[in-house]
Amino acid sequence: MSGFTGSIQLVYVLAAACFVIGLHLMNSPASARRGNQVSMAGMVIAGVATLILLIHDGTVTAAGWIVLLSGSLIGSAIGLYAARTVQMTAMPQLVSAFNSVGGGAAALVAIYEYIETEANAGGVLGSTTVFTLLDVIIGAVTFSGSIIAAGKLQGIITGQPVIFKGGRLLNVALAVVAVGAAAYMLTTASLPALLVVVLASLAFGVMMVLPIGGADMPVVISLLNAFTGTAVAMAGFVIANWALIVAGALVGASGSILTKLMADAMNRSLANIIVGGFGTGDSAIAAAVAADAQVRSIAADDAAIQMAYASKVIIVPGYGLAAAQAQHGVAELAKTLEDRGIEVSYAIHPVAGRMPGHMNVLLAEANVPYPQLREMDEINPEFGRADVALVIGANDVTNPAARRPGNDISGMPILDVDQAKSIIVVKRSMGTGYAGMENELYFDAKTSMYFADAKKAMSELTAAVKTLVG
Amino acid sequence: MSTALVTDLTIFVLALLVGFEVIGKVPATLHTPLMSATNSIHGIVLAGALLIGVTAHTVVGYILAFIAAVFASANVVGGYVVTERMLKMFRRKAQPQAAGPRVTAQVEAGPQAELDGKTRS
Repeated sequence: MSGFTGSIQLVYVLAAACFVIGLHLMNSPASARRGNQVSMAGMVIAGVATLILLIHDGTVTAAGWIVLLSGSLIGSAIGLYAARTVQMTAMPQLVSAFNSVGGGAAALVAIYEYIETEANAGGVLGSTTVFTLLDVIIGAVTFSGSIIAAGKLQGIITGQPVIFKGGRLLNVALAVVAVGAAAYMLTTASLPALLVVVLASLAFGVMMVLPIGGADMPVVISLLNAFTGTAVAMAGFVIANWALIVAGALVGASGSILTKLMADAMNRSLANIIVGGFGTGDSAIAAAVAADAQVRSIAADDAAIQMAYASKVIIVPGYGLAAAQAQHGVAELAKTLEDRGIEVSYAIHPVAGRMPGHMNVLLAEANVPYPQLREMDEINPEFGRADVALVIGANDVTNPAARRPGNDISGMPILDVDQAKSIIVVKRSMGTGYAGMENELYFDAKTSMYFADAKKAMSELTAAVKTLVG
Repeated sequence: MSTALVTDLTIFVLALLVGFEVIGKVPATLHTPLMSATNSIHGIVLAGALLIGVTAHTVVGYILAFIAAVFASANVVGGYVVTERMLKMFRRKAQPQAAGPRVTAQVEAGPQAELDGKTRS
C-alpha cells in the first residue's frame, strides 16, 4: 500500500467512524437528527476522498469521467426527488427501493470486478473471488427481492401471498443453480457461469418475496436491509475498501437486529415467514368465538361522549390508519381531548404498519410529540387504568386469543387492549385481519364497534367531541 | 490467506459487533428513521461504483459503471434527505405551526436522561 493510498484509506476510516457515531446518536429522538448529520458528514468525506483518489490515479478516461459524473448527477436527482416528494405513508416503499438500488450497485461492482479480473488475468482467480461471488448473489437477490417488496407495498403487485404449485421447489432449484454455478466459478473462471449466477439470483429474489404477505413486510424489509448491508460489505472486500466493509457491517447488524425484533413481535420464526402464507395453510381453525356472541355497534355521538368524559384515553393505531391517511385526523382528535384535560397516549405495537416504527413516523408527521408514542411493554400495564382504548385500523395485535395456545397467533405479544374499561374499535367492516381470524376483542362486552373509514371517523369524532360543552 | 484479507475480515467482524452494540440501543420509536439512516450509509457503495472508473475502458465497463453510479447516488442522496425530513418531524412538544430554529434548540435541550429511561426497554 503506497503512502498516498494509505492516507486515503485512513480518511475512509474517519468516514466509517462518523457512521458509527451517527448511529450511536440515534439512541434518542433528541439527538437523532445530529446523528444523521454526523453520518452525512462522513459520507461527504468519503465522497471527496474517492474523487481525490480518482484524480490522483489519473487513469480515468474522459469517457469514464462523463459516465461517472452524469450517472451520479442523474442518480442524485432521482434520489432527491423521491426523498422530497414521498408521502410518509409510502416510506416502506421508498426504503425498499433504496435497498434495491444499494444491493444492485454492490452487485454491479462485483460483476465488473469479475469481468475485469477474468479479462486481464486470463482466468486466474484472486483471493477475493469468494467475496465477489457472495456479493453478486446477495446483491442480485436484494435487488430483485426489494423491487417486488416495493411493488407489493405500492399495490402494483398484490399484497396477498402469491403461492403456486411447485413454487417452493422452484425456489430450492434456483438457489441450487446459483450456488452451484458460483462454486464452479471458484475453481474455473467463466463468464457464462457468472451470467447464470446473476440470473438465478435475480429469479430467486423475486420468488422469495412473492409468497410473503403484506403484514409480514416489516420482517421482509428488515431482512432485505440486512442483505444490502452484507452485499456492500462484500463489495468492500472485493475492492479492498474499509469504508465499504464497515458501513456494510453496520447496516448488516442493524437489519439483522430489526429482523429479529419484528419476527419476535409476531412470534414467528424467520423460516416460517419466508416460507410464507399466513392463514393460507392448514390451520384455519377459527378462534373460540361463541356462536351467539354479540357485536355492539356505536355511533359517533356516543363514542364521543365516552371519550369526552374519560380521564385517560389510549389510542391504538394500526396499518388501517396509514392506509386511510388518518394520522392528521387522529392527532386532531387527540388534541381536542387533551384540551379538555384528558390524558392521551398512543400504544404502538412493534409490527404495526408496514415497516419497523412506521406508526411513529406517521404520528410524528401529524405533530404528535414523541413522548406520547409508547412502546408495547411500557404501555401495556397502563391499559387497566384507561377509561377508553380507541383502536384504529389495528386487528391481530389486539386479539386476546394470542394468550391461549392452539391458534394461528398463539404466543404473539399483543397490546392488552381488553384490559381497558371500555373499548371503541374504528373499523370499516367485521373483516378479519392478516391472520384470517375473528378478533375476540370485538365480541367483548366492553367493546363498541364504530364502523367507518378511519379518516372520516376521526373528523366525525372530533366534531362530536367539540360540540360537547363542558 | 493474505495479511490484507485477514485485516479486512478483522475490520468486518469488529464493525459487525459495534453495529450490534450501537443499534441495540435505538428505541423502537426511531426504527423507521434508523432503517432509512442505515440505508443512506450503505450508499457508501457509491465509492465502489466510482472506483470502477479507474479501470473501465470498455463499453461494458462504462455501462456497468454508469448504472452503478446512478443506483448508488440515488441511494445515498435520497437516503440522507428523507432521513433528515423524517427526523425533523420528531418533536418533544407539539408545535402549533412550522417549527423555527428556537424550537430545535428546545428539543436539543430536552432532558435526555429521562427520555432514555423511558424509551429503552
